[in-house]
This record gives sequence, structure tokens and C-alpha cells, in this order.
Amino acid sequence: MATWRPDPSFYPSPRMAAKAPRETLAYVAAFDPDRQRPDAIAVVDVDPASASYSRIVGQVDMPNVGDELHHFGWNACSSCLCPNAPHPHVERRYLVVPGLRSSRLHIIDTKPDPRKPEIVRVIEPQEIAERANYSRLHTIHCGPEGIYVNALADREGNAPGGIFLLDHDSFDVLGQWEMDRGPQKLAYDFWWHLGHDTMITSEWGTPDTFENGLVPEVLLGSRYGRRLHFWDLHKRKHVQEIDLGEEHQLVFELRPAHDPTKAYGFVGCVICLKDLSASIWTWYRDGSQWVVKKVIEIPAEPADPDLLPPVLKGFKAVPPLVTDIDLSMDDRFLYVSCWGTGDMIQYDVSDPLAPKEAGRVRIGGIVARATHPKATNGALNGGPQMVEISRDGKRVYFTNSLYGAIDPQFYPEGIDGWMVKLDVGDNGGIAFDENFFIDWPKSHRPHQVRLEGGDCSSDSYCYP
Amino acid sequence: MTNVWPWLSLAGLGAFHGANPAMGWLFAVALGLHRQSARVVCLSLVPIAIGHAVSIAIVLAAVVAFGTVVDLRSLQLVAAVLILGLAGYYGLYGHRHRVRVGMRTGMAGLALWSFLMATSHGAGLMLVPAVLSLCLADIAVAGMANSLALSLAAVVVHTGAMLAVIAAIALVVFGWLGLAALRSTWINFDRLWTLALGATGIVLLVS
Repeated sequence: MATWRPDPSFYPSPRMAAKAPRETLAYVAAFDPDRQRPDAIAVVDVDPASASYSRIVGQVDMPNVGDELHHFGWNACSSCLCPNAPHPHVERRYLVVPGLRSSRLHIIDTKPDPRKPEIVRVIEPQEIAERANYSRLHTIHCGPEGIYVNALADREGNAPGGIFLLDHDSFDVLGQWEMDRGPQKLAYDFWWHLGHDTMITSEWGTPDTFENGLVPEVLLGSRYGRRLHFWDLHKRKHVQEIDLGEEHQLVFELRPAHDPTKAYGFVGCVICLKDLSASIWTWYRDGSQWVVKKVIEIPAEPADPDLLPPVLKGFKAVPPLVTDIDLSMDDRFLYVSCWGTGDMIQYDVSDPLAPKEAGRVRIGGIVARATHPKATNGALNGGPQMVEISRDGKRVYFTNSLYGAIDPQFYPEGIDGWMVKLDVGDNGGIAFDENFFIDWPKSHRPHQVRLEGGDCSSDSYCYP
Repeated sequence: MTNVWPWLSLAGLGAFHGANPAMGWLFAVALGLHRQSARVVCLSLVPIAIGHAVSIAIVLAAVVAFGTVVDLRSLQLVAAVLILGLAGYYGLYGHRHRVRVGMRTGMAGLALWSFLMATSHGAGLMLVPAVLSLCLADIAVAGMANSLALSLAAVVVHTGAMLAVIAAIALVVFGWLGLAALRSTWINFDRLWTLALGATGIVLLVS
């Protein structure tokens, strides 16, 4: 239903969004790796003044089992204020929650009671296949033309993966987004520079190469994704491809600068075949072209083979496995999750081509098993994974599971889920909030976190 | 020509269209902020006004052309049905369309954008009652040339008022007010617009 005034959680610029009130709730995707019980969106109390702080206070179960909830997003956000396609009189109210494995889309209403969200519509995979020809739904972004959803495969489970649009009022599937996809075949993440009319997409692989776990031959053969694609956001045409090189595999999360006048962003590459290092690359505009530069390389750590899972024994090292990154609203700090070693690293990226480490904590890790002051068992598994930053940049939340079929390849005993929170110093530096640790219910594993009112990977802006 | 009300109504609708952030002043401010230039704000207003004027002129020219072959009452009824249908559609489905022009646009793109926004929102249709009361009753007497001249004058008056309002708002917001005000003061113009279209249709029906 349309409103008379813009939703109060919409901000014209990231500068203004950084002054938003503090979040009191977080929504967290949780999935059952055994696919026996329905996956859920859990509601976590993140208000330190509340008696139930650091606890799960609500949950909405999916109607089926085996969806593998992964990433999700809001129906509407600050991009509704954009001057070329203004429609700000909608509410940020619905969570759009896809199943990565099932390709089913759930629309969840958080308004009547934010602690008891309700499913109001389920879009079945057949409808998406018929109208958009896609499956394996991944990232959600609210944007200029509605709700953008990307998919890792076509309806048959093959390349190409791509993007389709949902109507932002009715949630009807409008169809494939691309008009000309050029050489793009693989998909993983997408986002955009609204100020530069540019979309960027990254690459993972086709479902047959990840739904039963990563396939070593595909990895060593450099047949997972290693490219970035740049698109004209409004003509919906592929304009440029950048290959990070054959030793770089799995090009994942894309974090463009929030300031729409800036034409640069960061992407994480999970692993380098040469030395198991992970890397962060900055893309930026150089004349009429986009170019990339590797700006951070995180080395693998030597380790006793007895402590390593079978897949890593021969390498005698723990790879950092950078599987998620997130950029603060002021474009100053980049957070990098090292799911293998257990590090969460904060970099000052004020100069996007010369990041400087500003803080680091360790928790979990394949070998480290680092603990948390509030954890009871003293040896945590899993590692920093999906990371989300509050709009004011003062709090960072993260969880520890990557993907049901890949978790046991690196953590063979399985993963006991947890969610933690960091407090950020005014000039950088990060430390655990000793009062925030959620020992996740054993039936499920937590994945992406979304914060009430928006966060640093939900909204995009048209004004500096 | 003795009646001043149609002209005031044309100018008033120009001010109404201009005040709507979706008709261009906000785009001009955004481009000025991106390029850090008040000059860009001012320059952007020109193609926005031209796109709007062309959209309105086409609608009014069509009305005049039909006015030469059908009688006034039929024309009013056809226009009323069209306008009420459009208002009903907006009421039910909202304003939506594909985004064709982005933040890197040049002046030609801006004019195209303004033309598309005015056309798809039915801006020209809102002026039909005023223009009909001005001239079409006399088509048979004064001929089509006179009606076209009057319509052209109507476009100039409407666009002039619109330009004055978008310039005033854009410069005040860019130079002084800032965009934070958008969060609380941007009332739902789409809804007002739909109501205005509905009122236009009813005026045509009962006149």
C-alpha cells in the first residue's frame, strides 16, 4: 500500500544513512543441512538494553524442507528516492527470501509484528522458470526498476545464470533482466554504481559443480568462475569482461562504494591455485574502461597435516578462504571474512588502491578453533563468514556457515552454528562484544544477517 | 480571451507539475550534486522544460486536430473517458515504467526522460479542459490556425510557470535546503496526480 510520506528508513545519501537510529533486531537466514526440517528466518534481539539481548526471539519457518536459505534482501530501500525513477512512497517491509537449492522465493512481511514475521507469498520455482528461465536463486537487491534477483543457473541447472526482476508492489516475476549478456555465463553476486549507470556481476559455477560440494578437478582445472562483468544498468547490455587470471578461482562478493559519485569497489577472490592465498581486488574507472588491481593478498598459514581435513592434508596449510566482505557506509572500512583461518580483518580503505590493516580478531578456524568469551565449549568451529555492518559503522555482526555441502569439506565434523558481534573503535580497531554470542540451535546453521531498517549491503543511493 | 481563468489554470497546473519531484527538479539537483556545479543544475532545467513542453504540445495538437472533425461535446466525452481510464489505471497499478535514463545522462537524454515522464503521467491531458474552454468552441468560426496559436500560447504559459517553479525549488534545495528535507516533505505526488487527473476527467464530463 502506498504511503503519504517516504519510508523513514530511506535516506538520500549514505552520509545521511550513517546517522540512522541504531538497529534493535536482526534477521538471520538459518538452514537445516540435513534437509529434514524446514529452513527458517530467525529474529535476533540486538538491543543491548533488552532483557533478551543476544537471543533468538522469533522465527518464521518455510513451508517446505530443503530450500537452503542463503542470501536475502528487502523489497524496497533508499534507491526508491532516485530522481530518474522515483517511487519512495512504498514501505521497507517485506523480506524477499530465496532458496538457493529449491529456487523457491518467499515474501515475508515484517510489519505487523517485527518479531513474528509472516510468509505472505510463495513463488514456486516453476513460475520463475517459466517467466524468467532461471533457477538457483542467490542475491537480492532493491533497485531502480524493482527487485533484482540473481540466479546461478538457467531452469535446467546449466549456464548461463543471470538476473531477473520482480515487481516491487505485486512481487510478480517480470522476466529476465539481460538484453544482451555478451560472453557472461557464470553468476554469483551482483550490485551496481547508480551514479555511473553500471552493474557488476561476479562468478561461482554451475550447480553440478557445487551442489554436492566443491569438485577438486574443476577447481584445479580453473573451471570455476574467475571473471568480473560490467554492464550498462539501463540498456541492460554487457559492456566489459575482466579475467582475474587462471590461478584465481571463485570471485564472490561485490562491494561498490556507497557514495554514488565514486567509481570503485571491492571484490573478494576465495583462493589462488598457486599458493592457496585469498585476495581482494579493487575495480575502478580508468578513462572509458574499468580496470582491476589486486590490493590485498592474504597468505595461507602452514599447518600440521594431522589437523587438516582430507582435502587440505596434501597442502600442509590452511587457506584463508575469503568468502564474504562488507564495506562500511562511509566507504572507509572493509571487513574481510577468512572462513578458513578464522580471522575477521578490518582494513582502512580510505585509499581504495592501498588498504591498511586496522583491526583483526580470530574466532573458530579450521586449525585455530579460537573461542569467544561467552562461548561454553572453548573450541569453536566454522569461521567468520556472512558479515553485516550497522549503518553507523559501529557494530559488525557475523555468522559461521558457508554452504551446506561445502561446510563438511573444510569442517568434516560438521559446523556448530554461532553468531557474534564486534564493536568498532572510532578510528578503526575491532573487538568482540563479550555479551553477544549466540550458540545457534543445533538443528540449523546461520547464514546471512540483515538488520532492521537497512544495513551496509542492502541499500544503494543516488545522491552523494 | 476575455476570461482569465483558463490561463490561470494553465499556469497553476504548470506550478503543480513543476513541484512534483518526479517531473525534473530533483534530477537537476542530483546532476548538480554529482558534478558539483550550480551551473549544471540550471542547465539541466532547460532540457527538462523542453521535454515537458513537447509532450504537452503533442497532446494539445492532437486535441485540436480532433476538434476540427468532431463536435465539442463528443471531444469532451472522449477526452474524459481517456483521462478517467488513465486515473483509474494509476489508482490501481501505480506509476511504473522501465528506467531508460540514468545519472550519466547528457542533455538530450534528460529531455527524452522529461518527455517520457510527462507523457506517461498524462501531464498534457490535465490541460485539456482549460484549452478547450479557451479555443475549441470557436474552431468552426476562427479556424484551426487560431486554435493552434492559442494552444501554443497555452504550452508557453504552462511551461513558463513550470520552469519558474522547478528553477526556484532546484536552486533552493541545491544551494540552501539540502536533500535531507526530502525524507519528511516529499508527499505522495503520485496520489495527488491521480486525484488531479480524476478531477480533470469529471470537469470534462460535467462541463
